[in-house]
Amino acid sequence: MIRGKPDEDDYWNSSKFKAFTFDDEDDDFTRLKESKRAVNSIRSLVEEEDEEDDVEKVSWSGEPVGSISWSVKETASSIRSTGEVRDQSFPKIHTAPSLPKNSSGYSLSSLFKGKAKTGSFQSFSESFGDPSIRNYAPELRKPKSEYKDYVSDWTPEETVKRMQQGKVYSLEKFRSLQDKLLLLDEAVNAHDGNIITAVLIYLKKSLSKEILFRELITRETALRHYIHYLKEIGEQKLLVELFKSLDRTEDMALMQYRDHLNIRDENRRRDFLKNCLSLPFAPDDATHVQDHYTLLERQIIIEANDKQVESSGQADIFKKYPRKASILNMPIITTLYYSCFYHYGESDGTYSSPANIRKTFRISDKQFLLTCLGARAKLKAWFDVDALFTTKNWLGYTKKRSPIGFHRIVDILQKNNAPVQVLQDYINLVEDAEQKISLAQKYKCHDVIINTYRDLKDRQQLIVYRGKVERGSPEYRKIEEILSNSQIRWKN
Amino acid sequence: MGDDVGTKVRKVCSARDLVHLNGLKRIFRIMESNMVGAGCCQLDSQHSIRTSGNNPREVNGWAGVLLCSTSGPMAHSVRGDAPELPDFSLLKRLARDQLIYLLEQLPGRKDLFIEADLMSPLDRIANVTTLKQHDVDKLYKVEYKPIVSTSDQLCFLIRPRIQTVKWICDVVNADKAFGRFRRYKIIFSPQKFYACGNLLEEQGIFGDVTTDEWSFYLLPLDDDIISLELPEFFRDNFLEGDQRWVRTAGSALHLLHSVYGPFSKVYGIGRCSKMAYESWREQVEEGEQRARQAEIGNVFLIDRDVDLVTPLCSQVVYEGLVDDIFRIKCGCVEFGPEVTSSEKSIKVMLNSQDKVFNEIRNEHFSQVFGFLSQKARNLQTAYDKRSGMDIKQMKTFVSEELKGLKQEHRLLSLHIGASESMMKKKTKQDFQELLKTEHSLLEGFEIRECISYIEEHINRQVSMLESMRLLCLLSLTENGLLPKDYRSLKAQFLQSYGADHLLTFSNLKQLGLLVEQQPGETLTVMESRVGKLVNDKTAGKLTDAFSSLAKKSNFRALSRRLNLVPKSDEEYDLRVPRDMAYIFSGAYIPLSCKLIEQVLERDGWTGLEEVTRMLNGHEFAVTAGSNGSDARVKTDSQRIILVMFLGGCTFSEISALRFLGREKGLKFIVVTTAITNSARLLESMLDNHA
Repeated sequence: MIRGKPDEDDYWNSSKFKAFTFDDEDDDFTRLKESKRAVNSIRSLVEEEDEEDDVEKVSWSGEPVGSISWSVKETASSIRSTGEVRDQSFPKIHTAPSLPKNSSGYSLSSLFKGKAKTGSFQSFSESFGDPSIRNYAPELRKPKSEYKDYVSDWTPEETVKRMQQGKVYSLEKFRSLQDKLLLLDEAVNAHDGNIITAVLIYLKKSLSKEILFRELITRETALRHYIHYLKEIGEQKLLVELFKSLDRTEDMALMQYRDHLNIRDENRRRDFLKNCLSLPFAPDDATHVQDHYTLLERQIIIEANDKQVESSGQADIFKKYPRKASILNMPIITTLYYSCFYHYGESDGTYSSPANIRKTFRISDKQFLLTCLGARAKLKAWFDVDALFTTKNWLGYTKKRSPIGFHRIVDILQKNNAPVQVLQDYINLVEDAEQKISLAQKYKCHDVIINTYRDLKDRQQLIVYRGKVERGSPEYRKIEEILSNSQIRWKN
Repeated sequence: MGDDVGTKVRKVCSARDLVHLNGLKRIFRIMESNMVGAGCCQLDSQHSIRTSGNNPREVNGWAGVLLCSTSGPMAHSVRGDAPELPDFSLLKRLARDQLIYLLEQLPGRKDLFIEADLMSPLDRIANVTTLKQHDVDKLYKVEYKPIVSTSDQLCFLIRPRIQTVKWICDVVNADKAFGRFRRYKIIFSPQKFYACGNLLEEQGIFGDVTTDEWSFYLLPLDDDIISLELPEFFRDNFLEGDQRWVRTAGSALHLLHSVYGPFSKVYGIGRCSKMAYESWREQVEEGEQRARQAEIGNVFLIDRDVDLVTPLCSQVVYEGLVDDIFRIKCGCVEFGPEVTSSEKSIKVMLNSQDKVFNEIRNEHFSQVFGFLSQKARNLQTAYDKRSGMDIKQMKTFVSEELKGLKQEHRLLSLHIGASESMMKKKTKQDFQELLKTEHSLLEGFEIRECISYIEEHINRQVSMLESMRLLCLLSLTENGLLPKDYRSLKAQFLQSYGADHLLTFSNLKQLGLLVEQQPGETLTVMESRVGKLVNDKTAGKLTDAFSSLAKKSNFRALSRRLNLVPKSDEEYDLRVPRDMAYIFSGAYIPLSCKLIEQVLERDGWTGLEEVTRMLNGHEFAVTAGSNGSDARVKTDSQRIILVMFLGGCTFSEISALRFLGREKGLKFIVVTTAITNSARLLESMLDNHA
């Protein structure tokens, strides 16, 4: 096999003679060699001139890096020793989004047998900084007058390649729908989102949207690029039309709903949300949007009212705990918390009452309890806290019940700085003895610990615990008392 | 959840550790006062940590660092013959030189506007002096506001984003309207996009503005970590389906191949990996391959969406934990007053040059205290040597040892401070229970309890991202939520964190992070159906069927097949980790790293057919065509493996790979589009801001 010099290889790679293999007959080969020589001699004449042109024509391309790439090349070559030249090319693998196939274990020798395509020789540093100049000599063979015609000869594949390399290209010649689509498919095949979007921008300008949309339906990759592009440049209206034509009404609804985020004024936002209610959301989402609208509507009312009450200084609660922020645009649970904090005990007729919020937004018992507990504990309204758990049975006895474990309740109370007295009551309600003791130890509720050990008849643990409390303290005395109680039948 | 047989004893941190730590702090304070006492010793007060960025000595300085980085603290089974890593500082020089060249293309004084998220990467390779030397007058951050610059020349160093280009158009058009003439230059990094150019054209300023590309593809963050610093890769590629960064990834690989290659083998899995491979291969074909000794032999490409479980787990290895809590940005972390126990915050570079950090970064958090206290004791002993020295000995001590000791002292107290602060935060939010839930999810154990835990988490309005993270973990490990659970949890989430998250849920669904099980589709049925194309109502559309297939995570089956969750009845000794599971307290071997291990072991995907089918295929293993590759001797480069994560990787995964490398006598170099963690990953899914 004959290996050409770098620039010769350029020729072979990008000329129309691509299919040619070196194994062809000698005759052809000599002829070709001659024409190649001829071409090369022309090239040297044309090149200089055209390089200047390039600078103007290549408006959207990288520029040569010159000295830096040179210095890089120097460093790169100086720091390593050279080895033998090997064919290092890798095999192509199938990248189309087809179904999984067993594609492991390729080796080049099996795939590339007999295909004499050598990499065009361009050093790393050149490809790094200088993509534009050296490579398109073959296209420049023709006299300048014919240049334009020649440009339009580029196939979709060549065009995409040139765009990737930042070279001169032209999309104008892709005028028939078929050509446009070929170009688009070629861009998709190249897996370069940048080029796909570039082609789509051209198609957007040169095709009616109905036709473009229709073609995009069957081209998922291109479609997703198009949608992303429209989102980025903010062409909302077009997107809505696109989603409509694709029958993706839920996406369309969500996208339109998203716009409320850009509206600052709460009244306008509320009105916008009201309009959103008629959008074709998925059934569940429709409920959530409805809730969103209802919530904001009420928040506006509550806010106006509370602001007025606060500034007039009528209510103690606002004086004692001035509001830190407005309630507008807060989540439902935050609103509930707010209502439990400032509007506890209001009748369910008012929008701001916890009961009303609970009912309107279908808040679960567990959720309601947690939120309410947090708010009342924050206010240190321990009486209210107690009332949350107290239930009466038909005999009139009261009992404490909770939809969540009491150890959790203790935790929440503790985080709200509940006094030991309160904590103790709730730790006592924890059923699991071990958990009870560990909680009591964590929060230093001596009575609970001592009583639990007593109930467990665990003398040893009690003695151990005596060692931990201060000598002479009430706890200490209590332990002494229990230990000396002869009535208890200790288990150890 | 009690202490059932299924739950493991996996302690992360206990109250005892905290006591331990407090004792440590006490020792430290005593030592500090000791040092002040020995006033004569204060020779050099300059013991700041050197950042690796702008240090001219750095180019040569790496060799030394490499040597000490080869032995980790847990390297109980280190193979002495682990190969050395290539020198990546060259990449920094390359980027710096090109930037200088580009700045010179706009001669004369100019103001430079830098995109916010390019500032830290820029900092790592150049400093203000470099910029000033090339006629940069004032530096501004891009803030999307009208500008105040008085300069006649403006240069914009930006990412190729529509939003930023739009802003520049506004700036230029405002100048025009004002009758003000300036010269403008936009430098896009790492490349420009046609869409940006098109916008310039549409806004009528094409030609008024010159554009350039700064091919700053790769930023070495450490000896073995290189980042593309493109966090948006994940969303753009996997959520939006935009392949704009595929070629970038290919070019980055090409750059590495050109400088440190030629690679001899490439393995990979994932659609994007395949495309990046193709893009790289084409670029190699277009360019020249220079013959030389390869420094990196093998490459593994992996899509982030092949394994979404791992990045969503709480990190418990020191470096990962620091990232989760303090957020490491571009290899640098800012420790606030709670860590420094002073009034100001300190920015610290976290890399192998920090000797203390280097020894604990890969350690499970529970092991860190022991290490730090040992270290503190050694330091104490070293200081104590002073007593009983004569003047001459003292002089030698001061000139030779003291500086190093002080440096170590400073680092040690910083990391102790950080550990303490992390402990406090974690104990406050019931970390133990959180981890237990995570482990149960990974194990598929007591799922109902997990769901009520998550529910309560949501009800109590604890951190939104944490709730979302747990929901996604639940969905990924269970192959979707039951419709009833999905509806109820979603409703409660929206109530707690705001209805706007409707948009977030839609994104999570699109990506397959949080989905509803198809009605009537149980796990086993699902598994048997894998591989069949049509399982959807939308069967008519091939692409739809394809993408819905991609959404199934099959985690449970994969976990069984690859033994990702070690048997639960065994104790796991975190001091002597036996496998990569140690990075998650022995509860889970990261899927991503396990795949890498398996493929390297088998030299391909043979025998993993079932696994790849469950991962939706797109696996490949290719060998460079070479005449007589069999005859080639096994060189060091064959034991250096470059792993490229498309869509980001976590510090925990890097730690796991370092562990694997030590076990197998390999060296891993991690190239990632960005360092990620659960918070970053999920934040990129949020859509609830204007």
